[in-house]
Amino acid sequence: MSAVIEEHHDDHHHGPDKGIMRWVLTTNHKDIGTLYLWLSFIMFLTGGCMALVIRAELFQPGLQLVEPEFFNQMTTMHGLIMVFGAVMPAFVGLANWLVPMMIGAPDMALPRMNNYSFWILPFAFSMLVSTLFMEGGAPNFGWTFYAPLSTEYAPPSVTFFIFAVHLMGISSIMGSINIVVTILNLRAPGMKLMQMPLFVWTWLITAYLLIAVMPVLAGVVTMMLMDIHFGTAFFSAAGGGDPVLFQHVFWFFGHPEVYIMILPAFGVVSAIIPTFARKRLFGYDSMVYATASIAFLSFIVWAHHMFTVGIPIAGELYFMYATMLIAVPTGVKVFNWVATMWRGSMTFETPMLFSIAFVILFTIGGLSGLMLALTPADFQYHDTYFVVAHFHYVLVPGSVFSIMAAVYYWIPKWTGYMYDETLGKTHFWLSFIGVNVLFFPQHFVGLAGMPRRIPDYALQFADYNMVSSAGAFLFGFSQLLFLFIVIKTIRGGKKATNEVWEGAHGLEWTIPSPAPYHTFTTPPQDLTEAHG
Amino acid sequence: MDRAKRINWLVALSLLLISNYALADWSALNMREGVTQISREIYRLHMIVFWVCAVIAIVVFGVMIISMLMHRKSLGAVPATFHESTKLEIVWTILPITILVVLAIPATSTLRSMYEAGDSDIDIKVVGYQWKWQYTYLDDDPTKEVQFMSTLLTPRDEIYNRANKREHYLLDVDEPLVIPINKRIRFLITANDVIHSWWVPDFAVKKDAIPGFVHESWTVVDEPGIYRGQCAELCGKDHGFMPIVVRAVEQSEYESWLAGKQKQAKLAYETVGKQWTMDELMETGEQVYAQNCMTCHQGNGQGIPPAFPTLVGGMTRGPIDEHINMVLHGKAGTAMQAFGVQLNPAQLAAVITYERNVWGNDMGDLVQPKKINEMLSQGQ
Repeated sequence: MSAVIEEHHDDHHHGPDKGIMRWVLTTNHKDIGTLYLWLSFIMFLTGGCMALVIRAELFQPGLQLVEPEFFNQMTTMHGLIMVFGAVMPAFVGLANWLVPMMIGAPDMALPRMNNYSFWILPFAFSMLVSTLFMEGGAPNFGWTFYAPLSTEYAPPSVTFFIFAVHLMGISSIMGSINIVVTILNLRAPGMKLMQMPLFVWTWLITAYLLIAVMPVLAGVVTMMLMDIHFGTAFFSAAGGGDPVLFQHVFWFFGHPEVYIMILPAFGVVSAIIPTFARKRLFGYDSMVYATASIAFLSFIVWAHHMFTVGIPIAGELYFMYATMLIAVPTGVKVFNWVATMWRGSMTFETPMLFSIAFVILFTIGGLSGLMLALTPADFQYHDTYFVVAHFHYVLVPGSVFSIMAAVYYWIPKWTGYMYDETLGKTHFWLSFIGVNVLFFPQHFVGLAGMPRRIPDYALQFADYNMVSSAGAFLFGFSQLLFLFIVIKTIRGGKKATNEVWEGAHGLEWTIPSPAPYHTFTTPPQDLTEAHG
Repeated sequence: MDRAKRINWLVALSLLLISNYALADWSALNMREGVTQISREIYRLHMIVFWVCAVIAIVVFGVMIISMLMHRKSLGAVPATFHESTKLEIVWTILPITILVVLAIPATSTLRSMYEAGDSDIDIKVVGYQWKWQYTYLDDDPTKEVQFMSTLLTPRDEIYNRANKREHYLLDVDEPLVIPINKRIRFLITANDVIHSWWVPDFAVKKDAIPGFVHESWTVVDEPGIYRGQCAELCGKDHGFMPIVVRAVEQSEYESWLAGKQKQAKLAYETVGKQWTMDELMETGEQVYAQNCMTCHQGNGQGIPPAFPTLVGGMTRGPIDEHINMVLHGKAGTAMQAFGVQLNPAQLAAVITYERNVWGNDMGDLVQPKKINEMLSQGQ
């Protein structure tokens, strides 16, 4: 009898608080996951508006809307906001929601730190965006901020940019430590590492990448700060420094960073495709090893971003061969997804559509990556729109599509309601067409010789730029439909079952929909469902 | 009848598609083959890797599409239960490695020929400035060295859509680089302020111009013609407005062009001693201003503060020596360059005189080239 009363008591006190303070003070992984996802969506729309300014200016040759100075601020802020504000927080949000539910843990291991990790970010991004209103304008040196353009020649707002990057780095490192500790310590008793869902695996590896490279980014921006304000000359040739050193340090961070933005996407797709093919993921073990290999290789290929800076031939050859190797584990992943689909019993709900589009379009981005790996050819591709097309193919229909797939796939579990399938499919097809019309022609203008980061271009590039801009507006405005669908689902709709999807496996599907505020307060006993 | 009609349509449609492909101007879609041995090798490598990627894509996506068409729940497909195969994993690890090795062989050989050292016939120093290029034809005899700046020729009216854009919009310069064909030209590439990148697609030469470092690159052009490129590394406001134009000509034409340039340099040197009138200085000054100063300080002299200060009042109404020093030596850490090494004394005198006597800066004073020469030698 007393046990029953106690349970009742617990329920009463462990529900969410009321009002705004629930969100400010929360240590609940589901609340924090939600906060991350909304921040990410706001940043996605902000960075997207900047992209539309860029594409509107490039709609026709000539300067119509913005001056070159402002154009450079837009390209810079678009890149920074999309990388650090949209894609990374979205994956951290998914990790917060899903990792504890997938491994049968009651919450993240370090809940208070989880709260700090999130609440640093709104301040970091407010600081970054506020530079747009400062004298001299926002950072205008590209998201790669090469010195000395970003040091001696930078606008005064660069200092705010540096502090914003520091804050994002602190947030990422705390978030990653939390994820590592959670995965290594809070798995349901009996769950072996090789039983974890692939999303958990990819995040474990991503978290290690973040812990390894975020301090390097912090280091490089600190060196910039010293050069700008304290008279050092790390990157100034006149003072005995080396501008190329900046690029080495930056890309030692930057290359693992691009895998930080894609590995969790692999995990998402590896969860969704088996569900809708109604067949276990093909080659689970090789997927884990491939992810680990990609993470390792990401540390030893950085100079392929710098083939034209004048590296000796031995260096060029080494970085070319090492870069080409990445195609092998990436290929293994693609083949495994295709083998998972093969002889399955497929249905094509919105998450599956986004995941299939992910596999195809990410592969296109991977193949153009292989082309870029060949050093001699890179001398022609480097810093052209071919590169822009390449990395947007892996980031937009790659990372961003996987995030959208994840939202459609898990939102019934989060809200307890099914999303509107017709609207979801409409959103998919608009996005799919938009993204290809937007980025595919950029391969052509790049090969034909259009450099990236220019506000105006020669007349022979006019046709494809116009097509590309049209695609940008289609893709951009389609995302308002996504916002509408998400809000509509939160407000109500068809009730979701606990399992939600017919073919879904994993501990998150064993708990009620919507997931209660606290789940797995006692660890699950039955782990047969743990991974597909 | 119906069927025949349909076939007719199909034939017409495919003919249309084929003719479209046949007539299409591929140059707008693909890498240029270029006019050097290296550029052709790179083009071939590009086409090899492109077709390899295309075949991989067709096979992988083909299997996916077949699977999506056949293995649907709506067709009553029952899921198979297989979920691993070490054999398959080994096959699709080894196969890509083989393809990579096949690609690495031509890539390595092309790279080696690009890095081949050799004696050059002509050495040209290329210096990137915000936002123009300086070319110097190096010569053991310094009096024979030819040096000039190469800046965008496209007028602002075309950029701001007030005039029709002509052919070579944004890809035209006042003074192109001139090189002879069939000679090995060595480029010594560096920069004065931030990092630029000197790129001519037809030569497949792209090398970052980095302050404090001199990198070399070389080319042998085998067809006369005019070749256009652009700066490829973000270098600030007018990164998109610093094109590169190279005129490749026969040896004899090159020699007479070089002789002409050397004579011109000598003439400019002689004008230093001459007394210039206000009108002459103002006229030359306006041209020099338009070519060198206007992108930052704007047509009305008001600049874009704080990055590019106004010239209406301030320094242009202050002591003349400070004004001259600023123009000659620039201001470190800003886009204001040391024009003393870019322009000749007559041009410098003219532009300073001009700045002190327009936009309401009625200083009335004038600077003679001689004065500039004196200040330049003091500075050294």
